[in-house]
Amino acid sequence: MRPLKTLQKLYDEESQVVITEKGSPPRALFYGEGFLQEDLPVGTRVIFPRPPLEGVPNVKAAIRWAINHPEGMDPLHALLRPGMRLTCVIDDISVPLPPMVTPDVRQSILEVVLELCADSGVDDVHLVIANALHRRMTEGEMKRMVGEKIFDAYYPDRYYNHDAEDPDGMTELERTSHNEVVAVNRRVAESDLIVYVNINFVPMNGGHKSMGTGVTNYASLRHHHNPKTIRESDSYMEPKASALYTKNSRIGTVIDNTLKVFHIETTLNNRMFGAPTDFLAKKEEDYTEADRLKFQALRFTLSKLPRAAARKVLNAIPAPYDVTGVFAGATEPTHAKTLEQSWKQYVVPVEGQSDIVIFPIPFVSPYSVNSILNPLLVQVMGLGYFYNLNRGVPLVKKGGVLILLHPAYDEFDPVQHPSYIEFFHRLLPETRDSMKLEHKYEKEFAENPSYVHLYRKGNAYHGVHPFYMWYWGENGRQHVGKVIVAGAENNHVPALLGWDRTDTLSEAIEEARGFMGRSASISLLRIAPTVMVDVK
Amino acid sequence: MPAKAAFFDVDGTLVRTNIVHVYAYYATNRGSLRGIAGRTLGTALGLPVFGILDAVNRKAFNEFFYRYYSGLSEDRLVTIAEDMFEDVLKPALYEQTQDLIDEARRAGCRIVLVTGALDFTMRPLARHLGCDDVIANKMQFVGGKATGKVIPPIIEGANKANAIRAYCEREGLALNQCHGYSDSASDYAMLAVVGRPTAVNPDLRLRSLARAYNWPILDLK
Repeated sequence: MRPLKTLQKLYDEESQVVITEKGSPPRALFYGEGFLQEDLPVGTRVIFPRPPLEGVPNVKAAIRWAINHPEGMDPLHALLRPGMRLTCVIDDISVPLPPMVTPDVRQSILEVVLELCADSGVDDVHLVIANALHRRMTEGEMKRMVGEKIFDAYYPDRYYNHDAEDPDGMTELERTSHNEVVAVNRRVAESDLIVYVNINFVPMNGGHKSMGTGVTNYASLRHHHNPKTIRESDSYMEPKASALYTKNSRIGTVIDNTLKVFHIETTLNNRMFGAPTDFLAKKEEDYTEADRLKFQALRFTLSKLPRAAARKVLNAIPAPYDVTGVFAGATEPTHAKTLEQSWKQYVVPVEGQSDIVIFPIPFVSPYSVNSILNPLLVQVMGLGYFYNLNRGVPLVKKGGVLILLHPAYDEFDPVQHPSYIEFFHRLLPETRDSMKLEHKYEKEFAENPSYVHLYRKGNAYHGVHPFYMWYWGENGRQHVGKVIVAGAENNHVPALLGWDRTDTLSEAIEEARGFMGRSASISLLRIAPTVMVDVK
Repeated sequence: MPAKAAFFDVDGTLVRTNIVHVYAYYATNRGSLRGIAGRTLGTALGLPVFGILDAVNRKAFNEFFYRYYSGLSEDRLVTIAEDMFEDVLKPALYEQTQDLIDEARRAGCRIVLVTGALDFTMRPLARHLGCDDVIANKMQFVGGKATGKVIPPIIEGANKANAIRAYCEREGLALNQCHGYSDSASDYAMLAVVGRPTAVNPDLRLRSLARAYNWPILDLK
């Protein structure tokens, strides 16, 4: 008989993978602002997220412990000097998804750090949001992120969004050994100490990416946000397999050699859904009768609401994540601890790749918080993020089929995504070739003064951002043989993206089997919450 | 030399005023006291008519309107233009106008104002904003006095597009790389002729055109 410990281990590893049998319950699947309830073919492998890890019992105590016992640096209090210039750089609203219930962990960190600063006579403190080329956060979002007290004390003069296009607001450090531009926000660069306040939502966040991407500009970003780097990255989530990570590290090392950066990184668990919708995190096999009723009620209500209203409802539900770890200190040793914790929560080991993989696409992405998941963002969710939720070996076989569940509506937010509209309707009809798009149009969009203006003065993503979104899907595009969007409500959006469409998931599976053969293996990644696969 | 330019309409795009305000300023700042009183009254009574005329037919409006300059000396007009800039245009500039101009400059654009106003009324504004050129209507002067006629073609509507095309040819600029900014659907031709059009504080018709053509829409404050 197997020892109990081994059995326990086997159970833990395999319990997140369910093979569909005759009589398995239908699956509750995200489908944009709604849900589908679908029976899957017998033999389909359904991969569920891990249950939430236990959170730390006292977040503030964990923060204090981390900054007093940092990795590879002196404790924070020992770095503070009266009269010094200190800047806290903070991750923006793109993480976590959906935004967490208040108090946001960034608020908790800042409350500890700012109190320590005040006690140490450090008065010249600025709070800069590391939005890079993302949209500026709105006043309301900024207030929610740090809490009223900090907001009132610092906004707007000492609490603001990074502006990558401010001609006086950037400064260039020494270039990397590969002649890459290292540009940093001027206030940040001129600070005696920088405290980076991070939320690590997936292993791609944090580490050198925090500073190297968050407070830089187009000139620096273009060295790694390009199709060539993406093609050379086997996964964005596995540092060893990522050219993106390597280049970020090179830039981050220059930053670390020039500036003093004290990182505070935090990991969250998988508790994405609170009491009214917590059934969404369960396996359907474990649904109670009440869960089934709640799901039907939610599905029915969302299907009857106008899409904008459904979007509003869903965006209004924050996630009750727990903080599972706080790590502080120098970039690399701190991030190593973060990654370890992150993988512990997200990684599910699975045996072998599949011919067909199904990704249900939810209503929100890092780039559509309080906005619309437009067609380019659907693309980036499927071929960029979900495809890359692995440690170097994708879930889908080379030449296999990806099935995305989303209505693929032709809707864009002109306030947040103005340059996306032009990219989608003007450039994609001409070419879907990332190299060509980069060569011919990237600079034009990046420098278009109208888009620069909307980025700086409005709440728009930078003009170049849709290119990055397109490049982000490059790995997936190069790898898969076909993409089918099931439930697409029109023909032209899938056509422009180079995808097939079907009305239903069953039809999509039929078409995929027609392409891959009748015996094709099928996997479904039942996301969200976040789940990463470790394909053996 | 920059290979591209940004062409900016003025009224409603960079400043809150429109051409009727400019006219009103001139009308109330010329001649004798009695003349001022008379013209102010006349202008006040005439403004709604001008407004309607402007909305219905910009070309007819301009022709009608410029007749009122007849008999004024060039020196006088230029002097009033300086005052008019300080009193009317400068306070009416959108806060973000200068940023927009600066962003276009940083993108490597030559900055050109394209307006149906008279050139001398626009020069102080162009100087203030740091523009390189002004494409505007030119008043005919005989013996140093304005005739009230504008040297054709009058810059408005489709003629703005022609003027921009001619300017690009003359200056060796790539028209398809150039940017155009306007607030009004009456400038549709001007926006359509450049490669990079943008609607700024657009009227309803232009807003719907901009949406249909996927042009960026800016709302300056």
